[in-house]
Amino acid sequence: MSNDYAARYQAMVSRLAPKSDMLNGILRAFFVGGLICMIGQAINDLYNYGMCLGADATAAATSITLIVISALLTGVGVYDRIGKFAGAGSIVPITGFANSVIAPAMEFRREGLVMGVGAKLFTLAGPVLVYGISSSVIVGLIVCLLK
Amino acid sequence: MMSRRIGRQTVMLKNAPGVTAWASVAGQKEHDGPYGALFDAVISDELNGESSFEAAERSILEKAIKLCALKANRKLDEVQMLLAGDLLNQIISAGFAARNLAIPFYGLYGACSTMSESLSLGSMIADGGFADRMICATCSHFCTAERQYRAPLELGNQRTPTAQWTVTGAGAVMVSSGAAARQDRIALTHTTCGRVIDLGITDQNNMGAAMAPAAADTLTAHFDDTGRGFDDFDLVVTGDLGILGRELLIRLLDEKGIRVKEERLFDCGSEIFAKRQDTHCGGSGCGCAASMLCAHILPQLYTGRLKRVLFMATGALLSPTTTMQGESIPGVAHAVVFEHREEIPG
Repeated sequence: MSNDYAARYQAMVSRLAPKSDMLNGILRAFFVGGLICMIGQAINDLYNYGMCLGADATAAATSITLIVISALLTGVGVYDRIGKFAGAGSIVPITGFANSVIAPAMEFRREGLVMGVGAKLFTLAGPVLVYGISSSVIVGLIVCLLK
Repeated sequence: MMSRRIGRQTVMLKNAPGVTAWASVAGQKEHDGPYGALFDAVISDELNGESSFEAAERSILEKAIKLCALKANRKLDEVQMLLAGDLLNQIISAGFAARNLAIPFYGLYGACSTMSESLSLGSMIADGGFADRMICATCSHFCTAERQYRAPLELGNQRTPTAQWTVTGAGAVMVSSGAAARQDRIALTHTTCGRVIDLGITDQNNMGAAMAPAAADTLTAHFDDTGRGFDDFDLVVTGDLGILGRELLIRLLDEKGIRVKEERLFDCGSEIFAKRQDTHCGGSGCGCAASMLCAHILPQLYTGRLKRVLFMATGALLSPTTTMQGESIPGVAHAVVFEHREEIPG
């Protein structure tokens, strides 16, 4: 098959392929993502003003609470449905990160705790951790040198 | 000896092996689809009482094979060969099912083309008189395919608009040769071995586009070799091209000067699920073509509602490794021709 033929075929595929409904997707992501952040803020206020935990403990407790909620929703099979509806709206917040760790943990439980859960736990979240931590180290070094 | 080969890729099965029996097993979502009532057996739970999805997948393959033998009124040890394969690494569903069934076994891999690959090889083995009866079978399971090719089930991601839904299901067909086979109401008359075609599609969520060129190539070869066209078939059945893949096949054939009669082109992947089931471009997986062939196509060939059918399941020969390495997706399609045989008097 000539490259020209393949290129024409690929062009036909992209012309005919159904497209994602971007506007709808963006709106859903905006509102669900916003809702998750609003719930986070409410939990934050509850800890901060209701229970007077102080700034550091409040931030930690809020994150922990959101992660636990996300883990529960993943466990009972609801978070994937939220994700199907909201897309990035439920992937970007910390709840999405928790989901990306819990989902493989559940999936690979049958392969055992060591090479199953242990090895596969960060298959999805791993790249985020690697590049997130690496870039924060680099930024930290730059800040340190500039001071 | 008269050669059975006609043209470049096709074999004429001059002894016309018979299709003695067939059986299909499907999952709950497939049961809820438009053809749900036609499957011989339905598993209501995706684990089917097993401890893992992989074990569940092989159990539905076993079930289809046992049902097929039962419908042919044969014991398993009367089946001389099992030609089977599936999507999982090292074709474990077929191999492990064969362990339990104790039928001499050839494991095949043709991705989602496995049903027509096994029928193609099986019909030639039968035509050559190398076995009196054998079972050609394949299966797939949504949950095992997801974890091997895509993401964990509970991950909250979105599927792309071109994605297809792996069918949980299995199909098994008994092919027979010799005098007994002449009583069978369905005969296998031709088979065309497909070439592997790759037009550079790299999106693993667009299997239909990756496989459509192979389907077009094999169908063109079959028509060239036999001198037949769409008019000569009641139905041309493709496996799991999906809604986009089917459309692409029509256009590719059009470019080659083959006019497609749309009402005679039946794609199992486009048909197995209803639109309300939200599978995007339709069903996929080895079990898609296999279960639809056994539930919907073969019964109509048996009664004579369909006289001649070309069955061509398509496969995408990728692996998660090649996808990650940025390779494009090669496709393959094999074709077999079924014909209704009128009852032989006496």
